[in-house]
Amino acid sequence: MIEAVVGSVAQILVVALGAPFVVGLTRTLKARLVGRRGASPWQPYRDLAKLLGKEPVVSATTSWVFPFTPYLLAATMLVAALVVPVVTSRPALGFAGNAILLMALFLLGTFFLALAGLDAGSAFGGMGSSREVAVAALAEPTVIVAIFALALRADTIDLGAVVERFGGEPSLAINPAHLLAFAAFFIVMLAETGRLPVDNPATHLELTMIHEAMVLEYSGRYLALVEWASAMKLFLFMTLLANLFVPWGVPAGAAPGALALGAAVLAVKLVVLSSVLALLETAVAKLRLFRVPELLAGSFALALLAVMAVFLVR
Amino acid sequence: MSRAIYGFAALASLAAGALGVHGVLGGTWTLAVPWLLPLGGVELGMDRLAGLFVAIVALTALPVSVYALAYDRGARGGLGAYLTFLGAMVVVPLAANAMTFLIAWELMSLASWLLVARQRDASEAAWVYAVMTHAGFACLLVGMMLLAAGTGSLSFADWRVAAPAFDPTTRHVIFVLLALGFAGKAGVIPLHVWLPLAHPAAPSHVSALMSGVMVKLGIYGLIRVSLDWLGVGPPWWGVVILVVGTLSAVIGVLYALVDHDLKRLLAFHTIENVGIILIGLGAALVFQPVGARELAALALVAALYHTVNHAAFKALLFLGAGSVLHATGTRNMEEMGGLVKRMPWTAACFLVGSIAIAGLPPLNGFVSEWLTFQALLQNLSVPRPALNLVFALALAGLALTAGLAAACFVKAFGIGFLGLPRSEEAAHAHEAPAAMRAAMAALAVVCVGLGIGATLIVPVFAAVAADLTRGAQVPIAVFGGVTVHVSGDFASVSTLTVAAALAAALLLLVAGVRLVGATARPRVSDTWGCGRIVQTARMEYTATAFSNPFKRVFDFFYRPRKRLDIDLHPESRFFVRSLAYESPTRSIFDDWLYAPLMAGLRRTTATARAIQSGSANLYLAYILAALVVMLVLG
Repeated sequence: MIEAVVGSVAQILVVALGAPFVVGLTRTLKARLVGRRGASPWQPYRDLAKLLGKEPVVSATTSWVFPFTPYLLAATMLVAALVVPVVTSRPALGFAGNAILLMALFLLGTFFLALAGLDAGSAFGGMGSSREVAVAALAEPTVIVAIFALALRADTIDLGAVVERFGGEPSLAINPAHLLAFAAFFIVMLAETGRLPVDNPATHLELTMIHEAMVLEYSGRYLALVEWASAMKLFLFMTLLANLFVPWGVPAGAAPGALALGAAVLAVKLVVLSSVLALLETAVAKLRLFRVPELLAGSFALALLAVMAVFLVR
Repeated sequence: MSRAIYGFAALASLAAGALGVHGVLGGTWTLAVPWLLPLGGVELGMDRLAGLFVAIVALTALPVSVYALAYDRGARGGLGAYLTFLGAMVVVPLAANAMTFLIAWELMSLASWLLVARQRDASEAAWVYAVMTHAGFACLLVGMMLLAAGTGSLSFADWRVAAPAFDPTTRHVIFVLLALGFAGKAGVIPLHVWLPLAHPAAPSHVSALMSGVMVKLGIYGLIRVSLDWLGVGPPWWGVVILVVGTLSAVIGVLYALVDHDLKRLLAFHTIENVGIILIGLGAALVFQPVGARELAALALVAALYHTVNHAAFKALLFLGAGSVLHATGTRNMEEMGGLVKRMPWTAACFLVGSIAIAGLPPLNGFVSEWLTFQALLQNLSVPRPALNLVFALALAGLALTAGLAAACFVKAFGIGFLGLPRSEEAAHAHEAPAAMRAAMAALAVVCVGLGIGATLIVPVFAAVAADLTRGAQVPIAVFGGVTVHVSGDFASVSTLTVAAALAAALLLLVAGVRLVGATARPRVSDTWGCGRIVQTARMEYTATAFSNPFKRVFDFFYRPRKRLDIDLHPESRFFVRSLAYESPTRSIFDDWLYAPLMAGLRRTTATARAIQSGSANLYLAYILAALVVMLVLG
C-alpha cells in the first residue's frame, strides 16, 4: 500500500515536473541545430510561473466550458500519468483500463479543448478545433492497431505487463513487428502532440495553426494550465515510446532506489528521443493540412504491417 | 387528454419495466391465449434476453413519456398510435410464436409509420419508411414460414429444438432472409436509407423511441435468429455481421459529420451505434463456432451493454434536440449557438449525452466500447490468419469511429450550444419546462450510473450472455466491487476509479493554482479579432466549415459537388453583388444501389403495363387462359 502511494507520487511528480523540461530541451536543441543560442531548457518553467501570475482575460462570449477546460485537461494528464508505466512498470491505475483508457483520456482532453476553442465564437478557435479533432480522429486507428501488434506479442494489453514481458525477454523486442509498430506510433505521437510536420508549435501565423489556434483565447493561469498539459501529453507519449519499445530499466517495484534508477534510465531515453525530435523538426517542413491524412494513412499502413508481421512470424 | 394518455404511458412503462427487470434477473414464465388469434394463438414467454429488451423498451419509454407531458401538450392526434407503438414494442421481445411476433412487429411498424406520416412535410420520409419496413417484413415472413414448414410448428420453442438439425442450405437461406429483415429495422447499411428520413421527421419524443428503442428490436431479432433459433452457425455468419457492423459504424458517423440538421445527425449516429453493437455480435458469432465460446460470451456482453447504453444516451440526445427545437423552432445547427447560456439545463444534459456517445471515460459509452475492444483484441486465440485480419480491420474501424464520433459531437455541442447565437430565434431561446428537464436529467443520471456503476451492471449482462451461449463460462469477474476483469489477467477496467481520480485531480489543481497565488480575477473583454470592433455571429466558424476537413479527407466517399455563383456588378467586376456557395455531398447508396434499383423497377412495371389494357374482355380471357393452364397442369 505504502509502496503504491510512493510509486504514484513519484510518477505524478516526474511527469508534472519533468514535462516542461522536455519541451524546453527540445526547443534549445532545435535552436542550437539551426545555429542560434536559444533559451535555456528551463525557460518553460519561467514562462509557466509568469503566466500563473498574470491576470487572465476572458471573452464575454464564453460560458463555463471555457474556464473549466484547462483544469479538466490538466486533470486528464495527471490521471494518465498514473496509467502509463513511467518510472515503475506497475503504475497505480494500471488496472483501471490500460491503453484504451489512456487513449480515451487523451481524447477527453481534446474533446473539451476543442469545445473551448469554439466557446469564444472566434473563427480562429473554430478553425483550430476543427483541425485538431480531425487529426486526433484520424490518428486513433493507428494507435489501436499498433497497440494490438504489441499486445499480440506480449499476450496482454496491460501496458505495464507489456513492458515487463519485453524487458524480461529482449529477443521479443528485436523483431520487424516491433520496429514497424514503433514507426507507426512515432508518427502518431507527432500528430497527437502537435509537432512538425503535422503542426508547428512555434508558428505565429493563425491560418496555419492547429493546436495554437484552438487555445488562442487563453491567457494567464488558464494558458499556463493548457501549456503545462500539452507538455505533459508530449512527455507521456515519449515515455510510452521509450518504455514500450525500449523496455529496459523500468523497475517493477517502488522502492526508493529502484524508482531513482527508473527515473535516471527514463531521463536518458527521453534526452535521446528529444534529440531525435529536435533533429526531425529542423529537417522537415510543415505539411499542408490536407497532406496530413496521407501521413496518418501511412502510419496506419505501418501499424497494419506490424500486425501482419506478427501473424507471419508466429 | 394528452396529459392523461402520457401519464398512463409513463405508469404502464414503469410496470413493464419492473416486469423486464424481473425477467432479466432470471424470472421465467409463459402465457398462452390460444383463442385470441388463429394459427397458434397468442403465446408469450419470458427469458433473460426478452427481459433485457422489455426493460430497455419500458425504461426508455418512462422518461420519454414524462417528457411528452410537456413537449406534446394539447396534442389532438397520434396518442393512440403512441400507445400502440409502446405496447407493440413491449410485446415483440415477449412473443413466443411466429404469429404473435409478426403481428406485434407489424403493429410497431404501422404505429411508428403513422406517427411519422402525421407530420407536415414528411410524405417522402413516410413513403420510404413504409416501403423499406415492408420489404423487411416480407423477408421476415418468408424466413419464418420456411422455419415453420421445416419444423411443422409456429412456436419458437419447437424451432429451437429442430432448426439446428436442418440441412445447411436451408439454414443459410433462413438466416439470410431473417437477418435482412431484422437488419433493415436496425438501420444497418445499406438498408439504412429510411432511418435518417423517418427518425428526424417524427416528433422528438417519438424520435427518441424510434432511435433509442425500436432499432434495438432489430438487434434483438438478429440475436434470436443467430444464437437461439438456428443454433450455432458457420463462422461466415459472424464475419458478415462483423464486416457490415464495421461499415455501418464508420459510414454512419461519416454521414453524421457533414449533416447539420441536429436530429438527422443523431439519426446517423444511430446507424453508427448499431454498427458498434453488431461488431460485438458479429465477433460473438465468429468466436462461437470456432471453439472460443468464452470469447463469444464476452463479445455478447459488450454488444448487450452497448445496446442498453445507446438507448440511454440516444434518447437523452433526441430529447435534448427536441428541447432546442421547442425553444428555437429550428433543427438547423447553423441557426443555433449560444444556447448554453439560455438553456443551461438542456445544454448540460446534452453535453453528458455527447460525452457518453463519444465513448469518453468515465461514462457508459466508454465501458461498452472498451469491452468491445477487449473482445476483438483477443482474436489471436483463433489461429486463422484470414479471420485475424478481419478482426484487425474491425479494430481499426472501431477506433476510427470512436475518434470521428468525438469530433462530430464537438461540432454538435460546440456549434449548437456555444459561441454567439446565429439567429434571432436562438438569441431568444428559453429553457425547457420542468417535465422535459426532469426527463433529460434522469437519462443523464442513467448515463453516468451505467458508466461508473459498471461493476454492478456487467454481471447482469454476463448472465444473459451465458444463457445465449448455452452455459459458456463468461470470462468476466468483478474484483473489490470497483474493477471488472476480463479473461483473467488480460485486461481490467474501473470507471469508478477513473471518475474518482479525475475528481481528485481537479480538486488538487484548483487548490494548487490557489496555493501558488494565481488568484487574479479574470478580466472580461472581447474575443480577439485582429483589430475589428464588434464581434457578430457571422464571424463565427460554421458547422459546414467545421466539417470541411473531413469532407476533404473523405472526398472519395462524400463526392461533394461545388457550386459557386458570383453575381458581379455590370459596371465593374470588382464589385460583387451577391455570392452563393454550395457544396452538397452525394450518397453512394442512393446513386449506386437505390437509383438503379428504382430504375429497374420502373422499367419492369412499364413492361408489365402492356398486359393491363383496362379492357374487361381481355381480363376475362386471362382468367380463362389461367384456368385452362391450371387444369392442364393439374
